Amino acid sequence: MPHKLILDDVAKSFTLHLRDGITLPVVAGVSFHVGGGECVVLGGASGAGKSSILKMVHGNYGVARGEILVMHDGSQVDLAVADPRTVLQVRRRTIGYVSQFLRAIPRVSALDVAAEPLIRAGVDADAARDRTASLFARLNLPERLWSLPPATFSGGEQQRVNIARGFLPDLPILLLDEPTASLDQRNREVVVAMIAEKKQAGTALLGIFHDADVRDAVADRVIDVSQFAESPLAA
Amino acid sequence: MSVCMNADHPLMTVRDLTHMYGNRVGCRDVSFDLHPGEVLAVVGESGSGKTTLLDCVSARLERSSGTVGYQMRDGRMQDLHALSEAERRFLMRTDWGFVHQNPADGLRMNVSAGANVGERLMAVGQRHYGQIREAAMDWLGRVEIDDDRIDDRPGTFSGGMRQRLQIARNLVTGPRLVFMDEPTGGLDVSVQARLLDLLRGLVDDLGLSAIVVTHDLAVARLLSQRMMVMKDGRVIETGLTDRVLDDPQAPYTQLLVSSILQV
Repeated sequence: MPHKLILDDVAKSFTLHLRDGITLPVVAGVSFHVGGGECVVLGGASGAGKSSILKMVHGNYGVARGEILVMHDGSQVDLAVADPRTVLQVRRRTIGYVSQFLRAIPRVSALDVAAEPLIRAGVDADAARDRTASLFARLNLPERLWSLPPATFSGGEQQRVNIARGFLPDLPILLLDEPTASLDQRNREVVVAMIAEKKQAGTALLGIFHDADVRDAVADRVIDVSQFAESPLAA
Repeated sequence: MSVCMNADHPLMTVRDLTHMYGNRVGCRDVSFDLHPGEVLAVVGESGSGKTTLLDCVSARLERSSGTVGYQMRDGRMQDLHALSEAERRFLMRTDWGFVHQNPADGLRMNVSAGANVGERLMAVGQRHYGQIREAAMDWLGRVEIDDDRIDDRPGTFSGGMRQRLQIARNLVTGPRLVFMDEPTGGLDVSVQARLLDLLRGLVDDLGLSAIVVTHDLAVARLLSQRMMVMKDGRVIETGLTDRVLDDPQAPYTQLLVSSILQV
């Protein structure tokens, strides 16, 4: 199975110009790969840089050093240096992302929020809404909420909208940032089953799961991110 | 997508654009490409040069130096400042829209809402009264203005309605590029949200390209894919909107982002 996502010697630090330009090292020397049909879980203590790694792959954090390689539309792209338009296209066709929190858009219904990536990918709007509705039902999201904007939903309800949004498009790579953190047992099991189906379909998954049960159920490998810690003295 | 173009070729190419007000810098050495379907936000404080830049790239203000290339409907790249006045005006009436912060600057306040929308169509040669009225009605509906207000003058409208009317007036001719100067400035927050959502939907449905000047980073986050941060007339940071906001690099951008009030 060829690697769908390769990180090679990736480093990230933050320079805080408002704090006398101090540099906060986050991670360095991050090298690993994720194959198709595999779920790799990032482990390690809070603050070790797990989310930062996901955000570098998604592109909303810049990369200080190293390469992040994906196959996109049949050719290899290095996301560490890709221009904004390429990153946007990669997000549309190659890398899906379930963020920890839903960024709610005023007035747009939960159904439309979740169906949007499918519609953008060219799926007919009615078909996209049908697929979204069945996934909402599977995630036990009460039907009376579907037509409402998610801004007023509970954390668990918003998270299920977010999960549907990320899982619906069939993209080769899926990033999961604590997708089950505010779900109850029943819905955690649904998400575990959905992850298993993605693996079956050959998707490469990279995720963060604090919940040990979920992690054990989905992880093929756990990568301890604390091994990539860069001490401030070395920076 | 109703706009059919080669997305691989930029719609607009700006190189080293500079505008001086006497000895004072309006904007300096600004370069960027805008591709079809892209929304670019230009952010910065008042006086940072963002409105000067918008006026220069929309040929409303003469440049001091630099070039602004524009892909005409036939696919040719044209230097805007080499166009004749008539050609430039034709672009402004057909291919471009300009949404002003103050709707009164973009509307004719002494004619009806319907006429405000219909006028743009007549300017591009439509003559059939029934069709013009029908198109006006359709657009008023799309910007959520009730049918029975079509014969009212904008002076009787609320601020949010006037802004929506201005948008309808601009979009009725099917422009490919819309310039917006603080489109939600001066509106109540709830009215802003409605307008933003409307703009977002229209930009998506029509595959519009847009350059949006705003000092409001939340507006930039919601509407744009790419962002340029300006300070003292120069672009100090540029990139994907969510990367600039989540991982700002320049000291000034960090200051801007850290100054947002969280609600």
